[in-house]
Formats: sequence, C-alpha cells, structure tokens
Amino acid sequence: MLSYVSKRLLSSLVLLALVTTLTFAMVFGGADNVAQNILGENATDQQIADLETRLGIDRPLYEQYGTWVAKAVRGDLGVSWTMGESVSKILSGRLPVTLSMVVLAICIIGIVSALLGIAAAVRGGWADRVIQLISVVGFSLPNFWLGLILVVVFALNLRWLPATGYTDFLNSPTGWLASLALPVGALVLSGIASASQQVRGAMIDALRQDYVRTLRAGGIKPSSVLFRHALRNAMPAALTVLSLQFIGLLGGAAIIERVFAIPGLGSITVQAALSGDIPVLMGVVVTMIILVVIVNIAIDLANAWVNPKVRL
Amino acid sequence: MSPASSAPAPVSAPGRVSIVRSVLTNPLGLIAAILLLLVIVATVFAPLIAPFAAGDLQIFKINAPPGDGYLLGGDGSGRDIFSRLVYGAQNTLIGALIALSVAAIIGVTAGLFAGYFGGRREVVMSWIADGLMALPALIVLLAFYQSLGSSIHVSMVIFGVMLSPGFYRLTRNLVNGVKHELYVDAARVSGLSDMRIIARHILLVIRAPVIIQTSIVAGISIVIQAGLEFLGLGDPSIPTWGGMLQDAFANMFVVPTAILWPGLAISVTVASFVLLANAIRDRLQQGNRVAAAPALPAAVPQSVGAAPTDAGVLLDVRDLVVGYPAKSGWTEVVNGVSLQLRRGEVLGLVGESGSGKTQTAFAILGLLSTGGRILSGCIWFDGRDIANLPESEMQKLRGKRIAYVPQEPMSNLDPAFRIGYQLTEPMVTVLGISRAEAKARALKLLARVGMPDPNRTFNSYPHQVSGGMAQRVLIARAISCSPDLLIADEPTTALDVTVQAEVLELMRDLQAEMNMSVVLVTHNFGVVADLCHRVSVMKDGRVVETSAVKTLFADPQHDYTKMLLAAVLDDVTPRVYKPLQAKEVSA
Repeated sequence: MLSYVSKRLLSSLVLLALVTTLTFAMVFGGADNVAQNILGENATDQQIADLETRLGIDRPLYEQYGTWVAKAVRGDLGVSWTMGESVSKILSGRLPVTLSMVVLAICIIGIVSALLGIAAAVRGGWADRVIQLISVVGFSLPNFWLGLILVVVFALNLRWLPATGYTDFLNSPTGWLASLALPVGALVLSGIASASQQVRGAMIDALRQDYVRTLRAGGIKPSSVLFRHALRNAMPAALTVLSLQFIGLLGGAAIIERVFAIPGLGSITVQAALSGDIPVLMGVVVTMIILVVIVNIAIDLANAWVNPKVRL
Repeated sequence: MSPASSAPAPVSAPGRVSIVRSVLTNPLGLIAAILLLLVIVATVFAPLIAPFAAGDLQIFKINAPPGDGYLLGGDGSGRDIFSRLVYGAQNTLIGALIALSVAAIIGVTAGLFAGYFGGRREVVMSWIADGLMALPALIVLLAFYQSLGSSIHVSMVIFGVMLSPGFYRLTRNLVNGVKHELYVDAARVSGLSDMRIIARHILLVIRAPVIIQTSIVAGISIVIQAGLEFLGLGDPSIPTWGGMLQDAFANMFVVPTAILWPGLAISVTVASFVLLANAIRDRLQQGNRVAAAPALPAAVPQSVGAAPTDAGVLLDVRDLVVGYPAKSGWTEVVNGVSLQLRRGEVLGLVGESGSGKTQTAFAILGLLSTGGRILSGCIWFDGRDIANLPESEMQKLRGKRIAYVPQEPMSNLDPAFRIGYQLTEPMVTVLGISRAEAKARALKLLARVGMPDPNRTFNSYPHQVSGGMAQRVLIARAISCSPDLLIADEPTTALDVTVQAEVLELMRDLQAEMNMSVVLVTHNFGVVADLCHRVSVMKDGRVVETSAVKTLFADPQHDYTKMLLAAVLDDVTPRVYKPLQAKEVSA
C-alpha cells in the first residue's frame, strides 16, 4: 500500500509539473497587456515599463518560470497583482468556503444517488422513471440557470433563504446551511443525474452475480443480500463516479459562487481571469490539482478497503 | 426510453443500426429532432426570422415587458430579447460544433490507434487521457482566458481537447472489444491492410456509440460555453444565450422573468441532444431487452393433485413447467418434468446443456432468474406444495431444509467478505445461534470438509483460496444447517480432475453421514455412476427416462440415453459401478 501511494504521488507530481508548466507558458506567454490592463488606458509607456519590471514580466519566460517554481516548491505562490496580498493567504482564506460547499454537495449527491439507484435497481417502476427523468433534466439545465431560478423563487419571492452571501460554519451552523442551501441545490442536480444512473447500473450488475443467488439459497435475509453483499460490491463503481463528480463540482463552483456572491475559490478565479491576475490563477490551478489528487487517492484507498481483491 | 416500434425489430448487430430510423421511430427522439431542426433553421435564417438586428436598441424599451413589437420584451440595454435569442442560436451551435469536432477528431483517432495497436502507445495515451480528465475544465478555461482573448471559439477549441478523453476511452474500449472477433481476424489473414480493416470493419462498429457520445458532448459544450459567457468571458458585442443570461442576471431584481428565455433555449436544445442520444441508445439495446412480462397462459391447467401418500418420499415434482417471458408469450425451458426423490436417496439429473436440468433445480429452490416463473405443475416437498409458496415462506425453507451447491465455486462466494463471515452468516441467520458458536461450528465444518488449516481458511478472502477449496467451503456452508435436501448443480464441473474425485468422495461421505436426499445435476455419467442411486435423463425440458443407475447403464431404454451413453463410453473407460452405503435405496 505504501508503494502504491508513493507511486500514485509520483505520477501526480508529474501531472502537476506538466500542467503548471503548460499553464505557466500559456498565461505568462499571453501576458502582454497585463500592465496596460492594470494601469488603465491613460498609463504612459514609462509607467507600463516600470510596472512590468516590478512584476518581473519583462524577463524571458524560462527565467520567470524558474523563479516561480523555486518559490512555489517552498509554498510561496507570489503576490497578487491586483489585490496586493500574498496568493497563499488569499487562497487559504477562500479554500474552506469552496470546500465546505463542494463536500456538502458531494454528500448529498452520494446519499440521494445511492437511495434512488438502489430503489431503481431493486424495484424498477417509479424509481426507474424518476432516474430517467432526472438524467435528462439534470443534464440539460445549466447549474447557474437553475441557481438563478432558485434565487428568484426562494429568495426574491418566498423570501425563505438569502439570495447571496456566505456565513461561516463556525460563526453560525444554521446560517451556514441557509447560505449554502440554494447554491448546493443548484449544484447537485446534474451530479445526481449521472451518479444515480451509475449506482443503478452497478447494483443491477451486482445483483446478477452468481453469489447473490447462492446467498439467497443459503437462507440469508433479502435485506442482508442487498445492503451488505450487493451494495458493498457495487461500491467501487459508485465511488469512482463520485471522484469524477468532485472534479466537476470544482468547476461548477466557479459559476455558482458568482451567482450567489460566495467568497470562495471559484469567484476569485473568475475575478483573476477577468483582471489578468496571473499569480492568483497559477495558485488556483496548483490548488485544484492537489485537491483532485488527494481526492483520487482517498477514493482509491476506500476502494481497496471495500474490495479486498484490490492490492495496493 | 420506450420500445416504440411495434413491428418485430430485426435483431441487428451493433453498428448496423439505422441511426435515422432509430430516432424517427422513438416519439421523444422525433420531438428532439424537430426541436433541433428548428434551432438549425433559426441559425441559418436568423435575419429573416428576427424582427430586429441583434444590436438594435431602443432606449425607452430597457427592461420593457413583452409587447409592442418586442415579443419577449426588452433587455437591460433596450434590445429585443426574441431577436437576440434567434441570433444567439447561431453562436451557440458554432461554439458547440467547434468543441465537438476537436474532441471527436482527437479522441476517436487516438482511441482507434490505442485500441487497435495497443502496447506502449496505449499506455501513454491513456495516461494523457487520465490527466486531462483530472482537470476541472472550467478552471483551466478561466486560467487561459487572458492569453486566449475574448473569442469564445478559441476557448471552445481548448475545451474540445479537454473533452477528447471521453471519445478516446469509448473508442478504445469498443475497438478492444472487436479487434479479436473472427471476422476481423479473417480480414487480417486475407491480407487486408490495417488501415482498410479499421476503415471497413471497425469504424462500422464504433459509429453508433460515437454518435451517442457526440450528442452528449454537444450538450456539455453548450452548457459550458453558456457558462463562460455568463461569467463575462465572451465577446460582449456578439449575442449569445450565456451573455443574455448575464444581462438578465444583472437586471434580475427589476425583471426576474428575463432569466427565463435564454435558460429555456439552452435547456431545450441540450435536452434535445440528450433525447436524441437516448433514442439511438434504446435502439442499440433493443436486441437484449424484453418488454413487460406477457400474460400467463391461461390454457395450461394447474395440476394440483394430492400430496404423496408415501412418507418416504421427500420431494415429488409433478408436470413442472417453467417459462421465461419472450417477445411473444412464454418460452418454456422446463416442459412437464416429473421427479421423485426418497429420503436418503441421491437422484442424478442428466442431460446435455440446455435440457432444463438447472432450471428445474432453480425452480425447486424458488430461485429462478429474473422474469422466470413456474407456469404450472407442483413441487411437493415433505408434504407441502412449494411451487407457489410466497417468497417469505420459501426463504424459511432455504438453507435450513433445502440447500444448494453451485457449479462455479469462485463466482459463488462474495469476493468482498472473508470466508469465515460467509460461512457463519447462514448459521446465525437460519439457526439463530451466536456468532461465537457459529465460528466454532464453522471451524469444525472446515476441518470436516478437508481443510488442512481451518483457521487460515476461515480468515481468508475467496480469491486467496483455490477452486477446490472454495467448493469445499460452499459444500460446508450448504450442509451447515443440516438440510434434508441438497441440490448440487454440477458441483465438480469447474474443478481439476484430481480435485473432482476428492470432492465427489466428500459429497458421498457427507450424504451417507447425514442421510441427506440429494438432487445431483450433472452431464457426467462418471459422476452418476459414482454417486447416484437413480437417474433421470432430461432432453428439451422433459424427463425421457428414469431408472436405477445399474439398470440405466445395463439396459438404457430411450434412444437419447443410449446416444449419451455411447458418447461417453466410446473413448473413455467406464468407471466401475460402486454401490452406495445408503440406508434406503429405491430401485
């Protein structure tokens, strides 16, 4: 297992290096007008040249990259060009917000999809039709549009929940839940659409296995056959879907945070993209990849725990 | 979604499905096709349909309600929402087309080569695909925005690259599935070049699944593109659905309804693509799907009869008919089988594969596969007809009174649980004893069935033991609750020859020791001679001959039995018939 984790970490490091290099080349290579953008239309050539020197973008690309990497490996992601704060500080303030939203969404997706998927696999009928309907609707409604509709209905008309903003969990757990109810509601539908179908398929496969008949022949209770044996064997497929969902949610959060004015990683990414704050963008890319790597390894370990055949 | 065509669809090989017909014969598919056609018409004839140019603004119509020439009202700058929706269709479809083409060309090409040639190329390509899938696409597009500029089309090229792993995996798996088919081998042997084989045989197979994927990816692209535009990353001078949503969002507190139209346009278009994909997928899967169960054939009379009077008879199956739902009516796999089994007797059920032996066994256990039913006949077990017993009643019999030993030991143990757990679970459930006592009994059982190290086996997972050991475990589990009747379905077929003999030996000993009745399903006359008292020979779902083992070997009556025996005896020395030590043998 140790060798598996180290192998996985190594492969992830290669991925991280490749993606950051590529992103660096793309964003810094295209950073011609950054100084102009930051200073505005009326800046003189001298001012622009000064700023470029100060930001270090007048140097050759490989030199800038060398500096960035040398600092980044020590945890220093530089200073934001537009906010004047260190990137690590900005990100560490915003990461918990996005994570708390995404984790809540993943939990809901997991639970609802498991219930729906199992019901559809075992009973068919209404659960099957619900899943088919959700699979079309959840896929077709863009989450940000769904978010807007939720705001209009539940915040503007019914006034049940706040339209925007974020309350920290530590300050007020109920406030936290209220501030995340609508954004998470908008995020989970498409996740449930794909995950519930996967759970249904995995459960149907598991229930078709020979050992299920043999367990029943041995007098084992149907509930145990279903929830102890079949579900455990369907788990790896479901966990894999959840890891893909997690990646999708990180992207989805960018738009949803914008709709609900939530101060998370996603909204800072949009802001940095629009203003050309390249150090922040690089920091976001690094953070996201590390997050994805951690989640994937965690899912693999969970799979190995569920399925003894997987030797790590 | 619904099997729409009532005409008996020819079972077509995947890939030879008519895509057009599959869409048109599915009602939802047809609606989707019409809607998409409308969007395309709007794209092409936008200047004719839209009453205003996309940029026309009338200052007094800012956020105006519908009417007065503005069909759906005015937006935040006083432009006609309806006209902008029509023009927006064009940009949306072009953007989706770009992402789609890039994704499909890269993904399908890479998938074809990785799947067809395999090797190191496949490893490298798969690693890249995994890497791309690990990136949140929207974040990457946001990061690249400054260098790509505000042209959404360039972003859609990048997005296409990020979507290509989907096509890659699909194509590679499909190609891996068909590349060793005989017809592909034949083409290779007859000298066709690799390129010709890919072009002629393999592309045909991947066509329909790739079209399904294309439809889905088109939907994803539209949503992501709208998302980017909604965030303000598009060119504000071009009318787009996402850009319109952004405008509506900005004015949401003034006119909340304005968010409706662009969102609806996106959703309906994407839903159309999904329904189109579903229509094709339904058509592809039609071959292996069965519609709702047909009505029970009322004409067949339920032969009830009375319980067997002889108390020595444990199992009395009479005129058993088992059917599975088919396209028209029921397909009968067991067609009037009658069997009798006395207490302590071993009955062999012999016949070639497909003769209905296993289905008869499953019917007795009440464990027919999904859809299967006992259509008529009765199964008297210990004075009770269990043919139509409710599942909850059947469950009380299984394990405790009727037990089962399957054919393939490895697939019949749950891979996720230790053998010890799987061995004690029935005892705890059926006998209601404590876990500790069940463990003590399980260890004894494991020793009894010949495990050299019961403790070690108890703590092993199924994949850690050999097939022969797994079968001994299954036998131990089957007898753990001292059943009256053991149904063994080819218990030695999947084992090595030497192990077969040992397992048969074990079964013979256990049968004698516990004086169990056994139904032994087999196609092997050697096993019959070894273990059985009487034999029933089955053919086409019927019993053609039943007699004592000695009689059957010495004087087979039915032509089919003679043929079966001849097939065995031709090239194998028959095993010497060894009479059993059972207490009660009916001849």
